[in-house]
Amino acid sequence: MTIAEKILKSHTSDKGFKQGDVIRVDIDIALANDITAPIAIDAFKSCSKKDVFDKDKVVLVLDHFTPNKDIASATQCKIVRDFAKEYHITNFFDGGEVGIEHALLPEEGLALPGDLIIGADSHTCTYGGLGAFATGVGSTDLGVAMSTGQAWLKVPESMKFIFRGELNRWVGGKDLILYLIGNIGVDGALYKVLEIEGPAISSLDLSNRLTMTNMAIEAGAKAGIIAPDVVTDAYTKTRAKRNYTMHKSDPDALYSMVKEYNCANIEPQVAYPHLPENTRGISEVGEIILDQVVIGSCTNGRIEDLRVAAGIMKGNKVAGGLRCIIIPATPKVLKAAEAGGLIKIFLDAGAIISPPTCGPCLGGHMGVLAEGERALATTNRNFTGRMGHPKSEVYLTGPAIAAASAVTGKISSPKEVAV
Amino acid sequence: MILKGRAFKFGDDIDTDAIIPARYLNTSDPSVLKEHCMEDADPTFSSRIAKGDIIVAGKNFGCGSSREHAPIAIKASGVSCVIALTFARIFFRNSFNMGLPIFESDEASSKIKQGDILEVDVAEGIIKNLVTGNTFKARGMPAFMQELIADGGLIAHIKKRGKI
Ligand code: SF4
Repeated sequence: MTIAEKILKSHTSDKGFKQGDVIRVDIDIALANDITAPIAIDAFKSCSKKDVFDKDKVVLVLDHFTPNKDIASATQCKIVRDFAKEYHITNFFDGGEVGIEHALLPEEGLALPGDLIIGADSHTCTYGGLGAFATGVGSTDLGVAMSTGQAWLKVPESMKFIFRGELNRWVGGKDLILYLIGNIGVDGALYKVLEIEGPAISSLDLSNRLTMTNMAIEAGAKAGIIAPDVVTDAYTKTRAKRNYTMHKSDPDALYSMVKEYNCANIEPQVAYPHLPENTRGISEVGEIILDQVVIGSCTNGRIEDLRVAAGIMKGNKVAGGLRCIIIPATPKVLKAAEAGGLIKIFLDAGAIISPPTCGPCLGGHMGVLAEGERALATTNRNFTGRMGHPKSEVYLTGPAIAAASAVTGKISSPKEVAV
Repeated sequence: MILKGRAFKFGDDIDTDAIIPARYLNTSDPSVLKEHCMEDADPTFSSRIAKGDIIVAGKNFGCGSSREHAPIAIKASGVSCVIALTFARIFFRNSFNMGLPIFESDEASSKIKQGDILEVDVAEGIIKNLVTGNTFKARGMPAFMQELIADGGLIAHIKKRGKI
């Protein structure tokens, strides 16, 4: 069995299922945000049950359009806030506790290895980096899950990607996953589980692993998953408030495809507009002048990402005419950045510090683009109009290229800036 | 359950904006949504569709947004089921949750022609073309999905049975 099948098996009473079957599963976490929760709450209420299935297992995070960007978003947040109060939801994140959900849940020990997690947000697949089976669903699914603690799932096939060899300088999880998506395309893993392993993955910290599984959906996958190991255990054991299980795939597990990459061939990657599959190595990028650089999001807004960026920006200035926006993904990341002197480095360089929020990642606020503007972001989607005007452009990279580019004003290799 | 109707053919990558344009999303009333179903792919669709008719499409049907209005609009317009080469993942979930049966079949998607009369055995996934006599096999619908369809979608299912 694959790790995905083992997790499903431990969460269902449907016996002897095989790939393609539909099974009923018990879930560990049902997650929604300020955009999706209000609709899920409607669905929950029409199930006409009195209470949520478990007030500790429903997680609500007001992260997308907060601090409230306008009256409509304030109204959405109020619906969720009132609901959380009425139903005594333990894990409701509001005000100064808000962090971007997919960075927040691992940090708070709410998402754990072996969990089955559904979320009304497509990047719920992030938790696969901890060795969980996590997938995005619709609002009705989520509303029903809040009521029953259950969901239905089609048992997916798995694909395996093995990364071997040493990582090149300035290459991180973001570059590996962009390279993979560039290779198989945005529907290369449709409906499937994208299982990632290999010596190069074992050497990654958890932050870089989460970056990779975060973007599994950008290859169409239902879930991305990295088997938990000592690194995962070290990260999780101090945070978890409940037991967890570390599964791994059997040697004879069935895959629809197995593919190997040699990291020696992977340089820092850039995804061109308007699809994450439009990737190139940094050495193949010509002169691309930028209006804005965004370093943040559930993909690359953790402290490890900010350290990489600060290391490059230290002692340098943001290029004239360019806005550089730094968005620590959670309050704890912001605190650590402050304590570690990173915030001072960013401010001295002339960057803007945003509170933890999704903000510009989905064109919400805190850095929306005008017509014809061009941004480079450490986010996960560069679809048409994703960060603002339909005629604006977004390039995707990891934090190293982003920081270097903020200094030079054009898409640049960190080699050009850092010593 | 046996479904019967005329085939309405569509191509690849029919997105949720083609199924129900975003300009109509200020309502989720099925009787309004059905008037605009498939409008941007075929403006005559809502006037020609009859109860029981079947949409037959290419790959990646329902891609784009996760809006549940898309299967609601299709179901409200009288369409009895959708057959496609493949469906976008969230549309697949939403369809069953809204009580709209869908089938994946490579051959049926390519060989059925506009206006052919089809008969679909839901449990077995057998699609008969009554005009040409061809028979196609889609994946049979698991018992749970049949329950969902029979109950009229996920919420109705929960109301009736109290659990998934
Ligand atoms: S940071 Fe961007 S991708 Fe992540 S949850 Fe927020 S909007 Fe979605």
